[in-house]
Amino acid sequence: MATKNVPVNDPMIDPATGELRVIAPGHTFKSVTEKISRIVLTSHTPLGWFGGFMVASSVAGILMVAVTWLFLKGTGIWAITQPVAWGFAIINFVWWIGIGHAGTLISAILLLFKQSWRNSINRFAEAMTLFAVVCAGMFPIIHTGRPWLAIYWLFPYPNTMNLWPQFRSPLMWDVFAVSTYAIISLVFWYVGLIPDLGTMRDRSQTRAGQYIYGIFSLGWRGSVRHWMRYESASLLLAGLATPLVLSVHTVISFDFAVAVLAGWHTTIFPPYFVAGAIYSGFAMVITLAVPIRKFYGLEDLITIRHIDNMAKVMLATGFIVAYGYGMEVFMAWYSASKWESFMMWNRMHGPMGWSYSVLIACNIVIPLCTLWFRKLRRNPLFMFLLSLVVNTGMWFERFVIVVTSLYRDYLPSSWGTYRATRWDYATFLGTLGLFTTLFLLFIRFLPMIPMSEIRIMLPQAKIKSEAEPLHEAGD
Amino acid sequence: MAQIEGTYGLLAEFDTPTELIAAAKAAYGSGWRRLDCYTPYPVEEAAEAIGFHSNRVSLVCLIGGLMGLAAMFGLETWASVLAYPLNIGGRPLYSWPAFIVPAYEWTILFAGLSAAFGMLAMNGLPAMYHPLFNSPSFRNGATTDKFFLCLEANDPKFSLSETKKYLENFGPLSVVEVDY
Repeated sequence: MATKNVPVNDPMIDPATGELRVIAPGHTFKSVTEKISRIVLTSHTPLGWFGGFMVASSVAGILMVAVTWLFLKGTGIWAITQPVAWGFAIINFVWWIGIGHAGTLISAILLLFKQSWRNSINRFAEAMTLFAVVCAGMFPIIHTGRPWLAIYWLFPYPNTMNLWPQFRSPLMWDVFAVSTYAIISLVFWYVGLIPDLGTMRDRSQTRAGQYIYGIFSLGWRGSVRHWMRYESASLLLAGLATPLVLSVHTVISFDFAVAVLAGWHTTIFPPYFVAGAIYSGFAMVITLAVPIRKFYGLEDLITIRHIDNMAKVMLATGFIVAYGYGMEVFMAWYSASKWESFMMWNRMHGPMGWSYSVLIACNIVIPLCTLWFRKLRRNPLFMFLLSLVVNTGMWFERFVIVVTSLYRDYLPSSWGTYRATRWDYATFLGTLGLFTTLFLLFIRFLPMIPMSEIRIMLPQAKIKSEAEPLHEAGD
Repeated sequence: MAQIEGTYGLLAEFDTPTELIAAAKAAYGSGWRRLDCYTPYPVEEAAEAIGFHSNRVSLVCLIGGLMGLAAMFGLETWASVLAYPLNIGGRPLYSWPAFIVPAYEWTILFAGLSAAFGMLAMNGLPAMYHPLFNSPSFRNGATTDKFFLCLEANDPKFSLSETKKYLENFGPLSVVEVDY
């Protein structure tokens, strides 16, 4: 489709095979290693990094203040009350978890499908997952108001009160889904880092660097026997993370779908939540990748083709999301349930109807009309702006689901409204700061692109048969 | 500790994976069994060349997964039926369909942890010290851009001078003796 009008002598096309290159030509094992490890091992931290870190950590400071005040005063400082007892906390929780899902999709599902272009972006997409899960996991915990008691509310352990949690509740399933997701994401990310930490240990010029990277590389020395077990473990982790990531957002959607509330009680939720998660997650990867490749000069490794491919994934998942929205409207009519159809009318035209319009504009109209054009998909600035639009839209999707289903339920006498307080906004803003702070620390101290996986993709890694010359001219 | 003194082995350094595989194949073919290859990225052909065809990571993963499944399903059943029976809307105490979700998550959790830690354990990692790190060329190249074949001293065919000559036949960049 898109290959028709490719110009001749395009450097991104391998002249020998006619295949699309994922990495710009001219790199060697040494040059990619140098390029990626130098970002971390340099003693000179770019000024821009400090600037970004200062802003991000100040915003993260707001979170500290907001959470401290919350623990002192209780959840009454938030706007949650009847009828909207689930406010920003669950909206932000679902939003952050959804963002995390693209990291797992890139690292696990695309690995199983042998999509080698993912190798450049999987490390920082996984880091994004991890930090997004940190931000997400915080909300249900602080939502309990007294998180030091949440241990026996959430986890089954033999306590002195002889209490056990209620395993029939989707909220309990959530605990296991999200905690498993956090642990497996961390393990997958760390296992992926081990060989690169070995490289960092060997390339580090400082004693401290050699010690610290040495300890965390666990003594990795690249034996092929180790590599084969390592590859098996990576594939197994990918194979396990794939059903896991699908189950996590499915279980989260059960929090809603199992309730008998118009607007929540629907079977379309699991697939549409998962698709929405991937949609917003890819948008977040683009939000992060575009400035990083520019700032660190990584255009050779994170190429326009990566952005193009991610845009295509967004286009596909965007349409699944659009189908989900369409089905909700269709079922409101087709079910002939007056509660369902009132909920949908109220969602579109009620006092909070503006949020539905924002959602449709940001998630459907703007992205799904523009992502068809190759020129726009390959324009990093446009994709960066679009990714912000999509994530705004995805936040509003959760807002619409949570708030507009709750604030006008079956009994008009119990109708109310929802108006977030400054502490709601401060907590949400604070998690954005925390996420950015963690991410900046990651790109400063760890290799953000997996060096060992980039080496596999270089032409030098091809094993030559005996008939071919070992060294090419200029090798 | 008498057994860890002296020579660990002879280490040949190559520029390309193709040369490494040719050398490893030849060495394995002529009867070497205590040998290993070191590469900066996974080279499956090199593992095949030294006769390392399969590993048991997936078996460990399967056993771990089944243990996780049994542990969580058992805990849920025991807690909900015996330890803390609650009548929720007249539903049966042993409402197993609801127990599937946490049991499924723990299957994945235990399988993943078993795969990762099992892989590390079978690889003998963490191992902070290894004699090969005494070789400067190994430290400089093994995790960056060079390919190594190590013939180890505990192989019955090992002889310092003859093995060195044997390795030099393959045209390596260097052959060095590695001590403990």
